[in-house]
Amino acid sequence: MNTQRFWSWFWLILGTIYFVVPLIATIDFSLRARKGTLSLDAYANIFDDPKFFESFTFSAVTAVAAIALSWLLIVPTAYWVHLKLPRFRPVMELLTLLPFVIPAVVLVFGLIRTYSMTLLNTRTGGWVLLTAAYIVLSFPYMYRAIDTGMRAINIRTLTEAAQSLGADWQTVIFRVIFPNLRVALLNGAFITFAIVMGEFTIAALLAQPAFGPYMNLLSSSKVYEPSALAVISFALTWGAIGIVQLLGQGTGQKQVGGPR
Amino acid sequence: MTPTQQTRPIQLDRALNFWRDRSWDWLGLLPFLVFAIAFMLLPATSIVVRSFQDNAGHFTLQNLFDLRQPNIVSAYTVSIQLSLVTAVIGGVWGFLMAYGITVGGLPDSVRSLLLSFSGVASNFAGVPLAFAFIATLGRLGMVTGWLNSIGIDLYDNGFNLYTFWGLTITYLYFQIPLTILILAPALDGLRREWREAAENLGATTSEYWRYVALPILMPSLLGTTILLFGNAFGAYATAYALTGGQINLVSILIGAQISGDALQNPGLGNALALGMVVIMAGSIALYSWLQRKTSYWLG
Repeated sequence: MNTQRFWSWFWLILGTIYFVVPLIATIDFSLRARKGTLSLDAYANIFDDPKFFESFTFSAVTAVAAIALSWLLIVPTAYWVHLKLPRFRPVMELLTLLPFVIPAVVLVFGLIRTYSMTLLNTRTGGWVLLTAAYIVLSFPYMYRAIDTGMRAINIRTLTEAAQSLGADWQTVIFRVIFPNLRVALLNGAFITFAIVMGEFTIAALLAQPAFGPYMNLLSSSKVYEPSALAVISFALTWGAIGIVQLLGQGTGQKQVGGPR
Repeated sequence: MTPTQQTRPIQLDRALNFWRDRSWDWLGLLPFLVFAIAFMLLPATSIVVRSFQDNAGHFTLQNLFDLRQPNIVSAYTVSIQLSLVTAVIGGVWGFLMAYGITVGGLPDSVRSLLLSFSGVASNFAGVPLAFAFIATLGRLGMVTGWLNSIGIDLYDNGFNLYTFWGLTITYLYFQIPLTILILAPALDGLRREWREAAENLGATTSEYWRYVALPILMPSLLGTTILLFGNAFGAYATAYALTGGQINLVSILIGAQISGDALQNPGLGNALALGMVVIMAGSIALYSWLQRKTSYWLG
């Protein structure tokens, strides 16, 4: 084995140890709720907790709402930019990249300051702001996925074909463009889902009963259950991103970043 | 549609484009723009505006001067140090691993496994990541226990997961995978011919790296480091969940300001957030500038 191969393996193994040990430790810790033996007690306690299901459902519903609205905002806009206003593409790219520049804690700070007297005074206002913030967080992933998807299909030909068959613009968007973007849409959806389900910063600072704040709250009163939650959360992320990677195979799409 | 289009003089084309600008096509962007303004640009702008206002709404620079308070200066210092340290360590370590799966000749199965894992791990952050490291290196953690059993007490030797170096170790869990995801394609872009050409001219391996590969990779290496810096600088959830808000970072300070006006000065809170945006925007601008330089070589 030459030196280059040796060092390649060396750093790989060192990195693998660093990546794997915390996973093993978390799983191990989550199984130690009963003294002296391994058990699934921590998981049972979590599944017995009605707050777990409430917060999980809350986050899942919010994620689905954010995904649907993000699709409705981005697809027609990206379609319009591709078809009619290609010169606006850099503007769109800049706008959809802004969520990377504005940290979540700053975004929620600005939202609270801007809407404290209006939206936040109503019962559902907090949830509306949370969903809006998640839509903003989804922009970089959603726009990039959809933009790449639109480059791959010839939307001008599709549009002209549909129009020559008598379709109005709603039919074009919802029955021609949307179905042809399936992979891109699902791609953006699953990344958004993974991000929203683990998101803590915005939900906690808007005092919303989401899954992230629930996880954090649990850690102040319980010892082993947080590890079980971390395992569940990791499995969830793994599932969502795994689907994205299956969908994206061969398209060369990559996505980076997440909720810090 | 119009066959004469190619033969039109450029000036006329420009004039026509200008005229087309006056069309109502931009109305199609309105829903997105309204949303982006309402929930992204307006909140961001309000932070900028309010940074320059006192409590009565008059113009002032006092908030920016107040940023010199010792606890704020120290929050910025610690945030920047943490981001720098995790960016450099994560960048170097990630580079070495990305090198292994690209140029280094590790098997393809290892490559795809590592890239898949990196995709997941770069998204595995926040509260669950903090829990994972508490289970690993916390006082009751597995590795702490192992080291205890061979006679090394981490916590007696000054280590504490809930301080700077604990956070550093934890942040690396998303910084290294992010580096691998970004650098693997850049390293793939190093052409075999470049190396062969260098070797034909009598260059040794270290000379090839010193004079050919590293200069070509430098923009993407620096760019990655900057991205990692911003990534760590904006982080809130991981640090909060790990330390319970007990570490003095800018993001934590802003969170405390939201929860209960910890600085007892709303304007100062805005200035604090403004400083964060300025640093983030500066680093991303630098990143995209370096990106353009790289794509020139690797395009």
